[in-house]
Amino acid sequence: MADPLVAGAAAAVAEPFVTPLNATTLLDISLLSMLVVVALVMMRLRHLFAVVMLSGVYSLLSALFFVSLDAVDVAFTEAAVGAGVSTVLLLGAMLLTTRREKLKSAERAPIAMLVVLATGAALIYATWDMPSFGDPNAPANATIGRDYIERTPEDIEVPNIVTAVLASYRGYDTLGETLVIFTAGVGVLILLWPRARRRVGTDDDGGQTP
Amino acid sequence: MNSAHIVLRVVTKLLFAPILVFALYVQFHGDYGPGGGFQAGVLFAVAFVLYALVFGLEETQKALPPVAAKIGMAAGVLLYALVGVYTLIAGANYLDYDIIVPDSDHHAGQHYGILLVELGVGIAVACTVLTIFYAFAGREPEIDEEDW
Repeated sequence: MADPLVAGAAAAVAEPFVTPLNATTLLDISLLSMLVVVALVMMRLRHLFAVVMLSGVYSLLSALFFVSLDAVDVAFTEAAVGAGVSTVLLLGAMLLTTRREKLKSAERAPIAMLVVLATGAALIYATWDMPSFGDPNAPANATIGRDYIERTPEDIEVPNIVTAVLASYRGYDTLGETLVIFTAGVGVLILLWPRARRRVGTDDDGGQTP
Repeated sequence: MNSAHIVLRVVTKLLFAPILVFALYVQFHGDYGPGGGFQAGVLFAVAFVLYALVFGLEETQKALPPVAAKIGMAAGVLLYALVGVYTLIAGANYLDYDIIVPDSDHHAGQHYGILLVELGVGIAVACTVLTIFYAFAGREPEIDEEDW
Protein backbone atom coordinates (compact mmCIF):
# COMPACT_ATOMS: atom_id res chain seq x y z
CA MET A 1 0.00 0.00 0.00
CA ALA A 2 1.36 3.43 -0.93
CA ASP A 3 2.09 5.96 1.77
CA PRO A 4 -1.25 7.75 2.24
CA LEU A 5 0.41 11.13 2.85
CA VAL A 6 2.28 10.96 -0.48
CA ALA A 7 -0.79 9.66 -2.28
CA GLY A 8 -2.92 12.44 -0.78
CA ALA A 9 -0.39 15.11 -1.73
CA ALA A 10 -0.18 13.78 -5.27
CA ALA A 11 -3.96 13.86 -5.64
CA ALA A 12 -4.06 17.39 -4.29
CA VAL A 13 -1.49 18.52 -6.80
CA ALA A 14 -3.34 16.79 -9.64
CA GLU A 15 -6.65 18.60 -9.12
CA PRO A 16 -7.03 21.17 -6.32
CA PHE A 17 -10.25 20.72 -4.38
CA VAL A 18 -12.66 23.64 -4.53
CA THR A 19 -15.28 23.91 -1.79
CA PRO A 20 -18.67 23.64 -3.51
CA LEU A 21 -20.99 26.61 -3.00
CA ASN A 22 -24.05 24.60 -1.96
CA ALA A 23 -26.75 25.18 0.65
CA THR A 24 -24.61 23.81 3.51
CA THR A 25 -21.70 26.09 2.68
CA LEU A 26 -24.04 29.09 2.54
CA LEU A 27 -25.52 28.09 5.89
CA ASP A 28 -22.01 27.83 7.38
CA ILE A 29 -21.08 31.24 5.99
CA SER A 30 -24.24 32.87 7.35
CA LEU A 31 -23.73 31.27 10.79
CA LEU A 32 -20.12 32.45 10.89
CA SER A 33 -21.15 35.97 9.84
CA MET A 34 -23.75 36.00 12.63
CA LEU A 35 -20.97 35.04 15.06
CA VAL A 36 -18.93 38.03 13.88
CA VAL A 37 -21.95 40.34 14.22
CA VAL A 38 -22.68 39.12 17.76
CA ALA A 39 -19.02 39.57 18.71
CA LEU A 40 -19.00 43.12 17.35
CA VAL A 41 -22.22 44.00 19.20
CA MET A 42 -20.78 42.54 22.42
CA MET A 43 -17.75 44.77 21.99
CA ARG A 44 -19.83 47.92 21.54
CA LEU A 45 -22.26 47.30 24.41
CA ARG A 46 -21.55 48.66 27.89
CA HIS A 47 -24.50 46.99 29.63
CA LEU A 48 -22.98 43.84 31.13
CA PHE A 49 -26.25 41.91 31.44
CA ALA A 50 -26.79 42.23 27.69
CA VAL A 51 -23.19 41.22 27.06
CA VAL A 52 -23.62 38.06 29.14
CA MET A 53 -26.83 37.18 27.31
CA LEU A 54 -25.15 37.77 23.95
CA SER A 55 -22.30 35.48 24.97
CA GLY A 56 -24.96 32.80 25.43
CA VAL A 57 -26.30 33.61 21.96
CA TYR A 58 -22.75 33.35 20.63
CA SER A 59 -22.43 29.86 22.13
CA LEU A 60 -25.75 28.72 20.69
CA LEU A 61 -24.70 29.96 17.24
CA SER A 62 -21.41 28.07 17.60
CA ALA A 63 -23.39 24.98 18.58
CA LEU A 64 -25.48 25.34 15.41
CA PHE A 65 -22.29 25.65 13.39
CA PHE A 66 -20.94 22.45 14.97
CA VAL A 67 -24.17 20.64 14.08
CA SER A 68 -23.70 21.80 10.51
CA LEU A 69 -20.17 20.31 10.65
CA ASP A 70 -21.69 16.98 11.84
CA ALA A 71 -19.98 17.31 15.22
CA VAL A 72 -23.12 16.73 17.28
CA ASP A 73 -21.30 15.79 20.48
CA VAL A 74 -19.24 18.99 20.36
CA ALA A 75 -22.43 20.92 19.61
CA PHE A 76 -24.29 19.83 22.69
CA THR A 77 -21.27 20.31 24.90
CA GLU A 78 -21.05 23.86 23.56
CA ALA A 79 -24.77 24.41 24.13
CA ALA A 80 -24.63 23.05 27.70
CA VAL A 81 -21.33 24.62 28.77
CA GLY A 82 -21.21 27.78 26.69
CA ALA A 83 -24.84 28.79 26.70
CA GLY A 84 -25.80 27.13 30.00
CA VAL A 85 -23.13 26.93 32.66
CA SER A 86 -20.89 29.80 31.48
CA THR A 87 -23.81 32.18 31.20
CA VAL A 88 -24.91 31.33 34.74
CA LEU A 89 -21.35 31.70 36.06
CA LEU A 90 -20.93 35.04 34.26
CA LEU A 91 -24.24 36.23 35.73
CA GLY A 92 -23.01 35.18 39.17
CA ALA A 93 -19.77 37.06 38.62
CA MET A 94 -21.68 40.09 37.31
CA LEU A 95 -23.72 40.26 40.51
CA LEU A 96 -20.49 40.83 42.45
CA THR A 97 -19.51 43.83 40.36
CA THR A 98 -21.17 46.77 38.62
CA ARG A 99 -23.83 46.37 35.95
CA ARG A 100 -22.18 48.65 33.43
CA GLU A 101 -18.71 48.63 32.00
CA LYS A 102 -16.77 51.85 32.64
CA LEU A 103 -15.49 53.75 29.64
CA LYS A 104 -11.72 53.50 29.49
CA SER A 105 -9.46 56.23 28.23
CA ALA A 106 -8.47 55.68 24.63
CA GLU A 107 -4.79 56.43 25.27
CA ARG A 108 -3.43 53.01 24.37
CA ALA A 109 -6.05 52.23 21.75
CA PRO A 110 -3.76 52.76 18.72
CA ILE A 111 -1.18 50.24 20.04
CA ALA A 112 -3.89 47.70 20.82
CA MET A 113 -5.40 48.22 17.37
CA LEU A 114 -2.00 47.69 15.76
CA VAL A 115 -1.42 44.44 17.67
CA VAL A 116 -4.88 43.14 16.81
CA LEU A 117 -4.57 44.05 13.13
CA ALA A 118 -1.09 42.47 12.88
CA THR A 119 -2.29 39.24 14.53
CA GLY A 120 -5.39 39.14 12.35
CA ALA A 121 -3.35 39.71 9.19
CA ALA A 122 -0.94 36.91 10.20
CA LEU A 123 -3.85 34.52 10.82
CA ILE A 124 -5.47 35.33 7.48
CA TYR A 125 -2.10 34.92 5.75
CA ALA A 126 -1.78 31.49 7.41
CA THR A 127 -5.17 30.35 6.07
CA TRP A 128 -3.83 30.53 2.47
CA ASP A 129 -1.71 27.49 3.24
CA MET A 130 -4.62 25.55 4.65
CA PRO A 131 -6.47 22.95 2.57
CA SER A 132 -9.88 23.97 1.21
CA PHE A 133 -12.85 23.45 3.50
CA GLY A 134 -14.09 19.86 3.09
CA ASP A 135 -11.10 18.71 1.04
CA PRO A 136 -11.05 14.88 1.22
CA ASN A 137 -7.30 14.91 0.57
CA ALA A 138 -6.49 17.30 3.42
CA PRO A 139 -3.79 15.79 5.69
CA ALA A 140 -6.26 15.45 8.56
CA ASN A 141 -8.58 13.33 6.40
CA ALA A 142 -6.03 11.48 4.29
CA THR A 143 -3.53 10.19 6.84
CA ILE A 144 -4.30 9.65 10.50
CA GLY A 145 -8.06 10.12 10.14
CA ARG A 146 -8.34 7.44 7.47
CA ASP A 147 -6.12 5.20 9.59
CA TYR A 148 -8.46 5.43 12.57
CA ILE A 149 -11.52 4.79 10.39
CA GLU A 150 -9.92 1.70 8.89
CA ARG A 151 -8.52 0.26 12.10
CA THR A 152 -11.26 0.93 14.66
CA PRO A 153 -13.56 -1.92 13.50
CA GLU A 154 -10.67 -4.39 13.88
CA ASP A 155 -8.89 -3.00 16.97
CA ILE A 156 -11.74 -1.79 19.17
CA GLU A 157 -15.02 -2.85 17.53
CA VAL A 158 -16.84 0.19 18.84
CA PRO A 159 -19.31 1.74 16.38
CA ASN A 160 -18.55 5.32 17.41
CA ILE A 161 -15.03 6.01 16.16
CA VAL A 162 -14.85 9.28 18.11
CA THR A 163 -15.23 7.33 21.35
CA ALA A 164 -12.64 4.79 20.24
CA VAL A 165 -10.11 7.53 19.47
CA LEU A 166 -10.92 9.50 22.60
CA ALA A 167 -10.94 6.73 25.18
CA SER A 168 -8.70 4.05 23.70
CA TYR A 169 -6.22 5.28 21.07
CA ARG A 170 -5.79 8.59 22.86
CA GLY A 171 -6.45 7.35 26.39
CA TYR A 172 -3.49 9.27 27.80
CA ASP A 173 -4.70 12.55 26.32
CA THR A 174 -8.16 12.08 27.75
CA LEU A 175 -6.73 11.27 31.18
CA GLY A 176 -4.77 14.52 30.88
CA GLU A 177 -7.91 16.43 29.89
CA THR A 178 -9.80 15.01 32.85
CA LEU A 179 -6.93 16.10 35.10
CA VAL A 180 -7.09 19.60 33.58
CA ILE A 181 -10.79 19.80 34.45
CA PHE A 182 -10.07 18.52 37.96
CA THR A 183 -7.30 21.12 38.33
CA ALA A 184 -9.67 23.86 37.19
CA GLY A 185 -12.17 22.78 39.84
CA VAL A 186 -9.48 22.73 42.54
CA GLY A 187 -8.29 26.17 41.42
CA VAL A 188 -11.77 27.65 41.74
CA LEU A 189 -12.20 25.93 45.12
CA ILE A 190 -8.97 27.43 46.45
CA LEU A 191 -9.85 30.91 45.22
CA LEU A 192 -13.55 31.10 46.05
CA TRP A 193 -14.62 28.43 48.53
CA PRO A 194 -13.82 29.73 52.08
CA ARG A 195 -15.82 32.95 51.58
CA ALA A 196 -18.74 31.03 50.13
CA ARG A 197 -18.80 28.65 53.07
CA ARG A 198 -18.99 31.44 55.63
CA ARG A 199 -21.76 33.32 53.81
CA VAL A 200 -24.02 30.44 52.97
CA GLY A 201 -23.35 28.78 56.31
CA THR A 202 -22.89 25.22 55.05
CA ASP A 203 -19.99 24.80 57.44
CA ASP A 204 -19.89 21.05 57.36
CA ASP A 205 -16.28 19.99 57.31
CA GLY A 206 -14.48 21.42 60.30
CA GLY A 207 -14.84 25.14 59.78
CA GLN A 208 -11.24 25.56 58.69
CA THR A 209 -10.40 29.11 57.68
CA PRO A 210 -7.14 30.08 56.06
CA MET B 1 -40.40 29.72 49.19
CA ASN B 2 -42.24 32.31 47.17
CA SER B 3 -44.99 31.50 44.72
CA ALA B 4 -43.52 33.60 41.90
CA HIS B 5 -42.36 32.04 38.65
CA ILE B 6 -44.86 29.20 38.85
CA VAL B 7 -44.40 28.42 35.14
CA LEU B 8 -40.65 28.22 35.50
CA ARG B 9 -40.95 25.99 38.53
CA VAL B 10 -43.38 23.58 36.94
CA VAL B 11 -41.30 23.40 33.76
CA THR B 12 -38.12 22.84 35.76
CA LYS B 13 -39.72 20.04 37.73
CA LEU B 14 -40.89 18.45 34.49
CA LEU B 15 -37.49 18.80 32.82
CA PHE B 16 -35.21 17.81 35.70
CA ALA B 17 -35.61 14.03 35.52
CA PRO B 18 -35.57 13.79 31.69
CA ILE B 19 -32.32 15.80 31.59
CA LEU B 20 -30.74 13.34 34.04
CA VAL B 21 -32.00 10.36 32.05
CA PHE B 22 -30.69 11.91 28.85
CA ALA B 23 -27.32 12.45 30.56
CA LEU B 24 -27.21 8.78 31.53
CA TYR B 25 -28.16 7.79 27.98
CA VAL B 26 -25.36 9.95 26.57
CA GLN B 27 -22.99 8.47 29.16
CA PHE B 28 -23.64 4.79 28.54
CA HIS B 29 -24.51 5.03 24.86
CA GLY B 30 -21.28 6.82 23.97
CA ASP B 31 -19.90 3.69 22.28
CA TYR B 32 -22.76 3.70 19.79
CA GLY B 33 -23.92 7.26 19.27
CA PRO B 34 -22.54 10.75 19.72
CA GLY B 35 -21.57 11.50 23.26
CA GLY B 36 -19.45 10.21 26.09
CA GLY B 37 -18.23 11.16 29.51
CA PHE B 38 -17.62 14.86 28.92
CA GLN B 39 -21.03 15.51 27.39
CA ALA B 40 -22.86 13.39 29.94
CA GLY B 41 -21.08 15.03 32.86
CA VAL B 42 -21.94 18.50 31.65
CA LEU B 43 -25.59 17.58 31.05
CA PHE B 44 -25.84 16.01 34.50
CA ALA B 45 -24.46 19.16 36.10
CA VAL B 46 -26.66 21.45 34.01
CA ALA B 47 -29.76 19.74 35.41
CA PHE B 48 -28.68 20.71 38.93
CA VAL B 49 -27.72 24.23 37.83
CA LEU B 50 -31.22 24.66 36.37
CA TYR B 51 -32.72 23.37 39.61
CA ALA B 52 -30.61 25.78 41.64
CA LEU B 53 -31.63 28.73 39.46
CA VAL B 54 -35.30 28.13 40.07
CA PHE B 55 -35.46 26.58 43.56
CA GLY B 56 -32.42 28.21 45.12
CA LEU B 57 -28.96 27.06 46.08
CA GLU B 58 -29.83 25.62 49.48
CA GLU B 59 -32.47 23.26 48.14
CA THR B 60 -30.01 21.99 45.56
CA GLN B 61 -27.24 21.53 48.08
CA LYS B 62 -29.59 19.45 50.19
CA ALA B 63 -30.07 17.13 47.22
CA LEU B 64 -26.43 17.05 46.23
CA PRO B 65 -24.15 18.36 49.02
CA PRO B 66 -20.99 20.29 48.06
CA VAL B 67 -18.87 17.71 49.88
CA ALA B 68 -20.22 14.96 47.62
CA ALA B 69 -19.36 17.03 44.56
CA LYS B 70 -15.83 17.60 45.87
CA ILE B 71 -15.32 13.89 46.55
CA GLY B 72 -16.76 13.03 43.12
CA MET B 73 -14.23 15.31 41.42
CA ALA B 74 -11.37 13.27 42.78
CA ALA B 75 -13.17 9.93 42.52
CA GLY B 76 -13.78 10.32 38.78
CA VAL B 77 -10.14 11.07 38.01
CA LEU B 78 -9.06 8.22 40.30
CA LEU B 79 -11.40 5.75 38.56
CA TYR B 80 -9.86 6.66 35.21
CA ALA B 81 -6.29 6.39 36.50
CA LEU B 82 -6.98 3.14 38.37
CA VAL B 83 -8.26 1.45 35.20
CA GLY B 84 -4.81 2.19 33.81
CA VAL B 85 -3.12 0.87 36.94
CA TYR B 86 -5.21 -2.31 36.72
CA THR B 87 -4.10 -2.94 33.13
CA LEU B 88 -0.50 -2.40 34.27
CA ILE B 89 -0.87 -4.96 37.09
CA ALA B 90 -2.60 -7.40 34.74
CA GLY B 91 0.50 -7.31 32.57
CA ALA B 92 -0.20 -4.92 29.70
CA ASN B 93 0.60 -1.29 28.95
CA TYR B 94 -1.04 1.55 30.84
CA LEU B 95 -4.66 1.92 29.61
CA ASP B 96 -4.35 -1.06 27.25
CA TYR B 97 -7.87 -2.35 27.82
CA ASP B 98 -7.56 -5.60 25.87
CA ILE B 99 -6.04 -7.27 28.95
CA ILE B 100 -9.26 -6.80 30.96
CA VAL B 101 -10.90 -9.69 29.05
CA PRO B 102 -7.80 -11.36 27.55
CA ASP B 103 -9.32 -14.12 25.42
CA SER B 104 -12.28 -12.29 23.91
CA ASP B 105 -12.92 -12.58 20.19
CA HIS B 106 -14.73 -9.25 19.94
CA HIS B 107 -12.54 -6.98 22.09
CA ALA B 108 -14.80 -7.07 25.14
CA GLY B 109 -11.90 -5.68 27.19
CA GLN B 110 -11.89 -2.53 25.06
CA HIS B 111 -15.62 -2.12 25.65
CA TYR B 112 -15.33 -2.52 29.44
CA GLY B 113 -12.29 -0.26 29.56
CA ILE B 114 -13.95 2.49 27.54
CA LEU B 115 -17.12 2.23 29.63
CA LEU B 116 -15.22 2.54 32.93
CA VAL B 117 -12.96 5.32 31.72
CA GLU B 118 -15.90 7.29 30.33
CA LEU B 119 -17.72 6.82 33.62
CA GLY B 120 -14.72 8.30 35.40
CA VAL B 121 -14.71 11.26 33.01
CA GLY B 122 -18.45 11.73 33.48
CA ILE B 123 -18.27 11.75 37.29
CA ALA B 124 -15.27 14.07 37.30
CA VAL B 125 -16.79 16.55 34.83
CA ALA B 126 -20.23 16.62 36.48
CA CYS B 127 -18.79 17.14 39.96
CA THR B 128 -16.26 19.74 38.80
CA VAL B 129 -18.88 21.82 36.97
CA LEU B 130 -21.16 21.62 40.01
CA THR B 131 -18.35 22.53 42.41
CA ILE B 132 -17.44 25.57 40.31
CA PHE B 133 -21.10 26.56 40.17
CA TYR B 134 -21.49 26.14 43.96
CA ALA B 135 -18.36 28.21 44.52
CA PHE B 136 -19.60 31.04 42.29
CA ALA B 137 -23.22 30.98 43.38
CA GLY B 138 -22.32 30.66 47.06
CA ARG B 139 -20.73 34.09 47.09
CA GLU B 140 -24.10 35.79 46.65
CA PRO B 141 -26.77 34.24 48.92
CA GLU B 142 -29.62 34.59 46.42
CA ILE B 143 -30.10 36.42 43.18
CA ASP B 144 -32.52 39.24 43.91
CA GLU B 145 -35.60 39.77 41.80
CA GLU B 146 -34.53 43.20 40.48
CA ASP B 147 -31.04 41.98 39.65
CA TRP B 148 -32.36 40.04 36.70
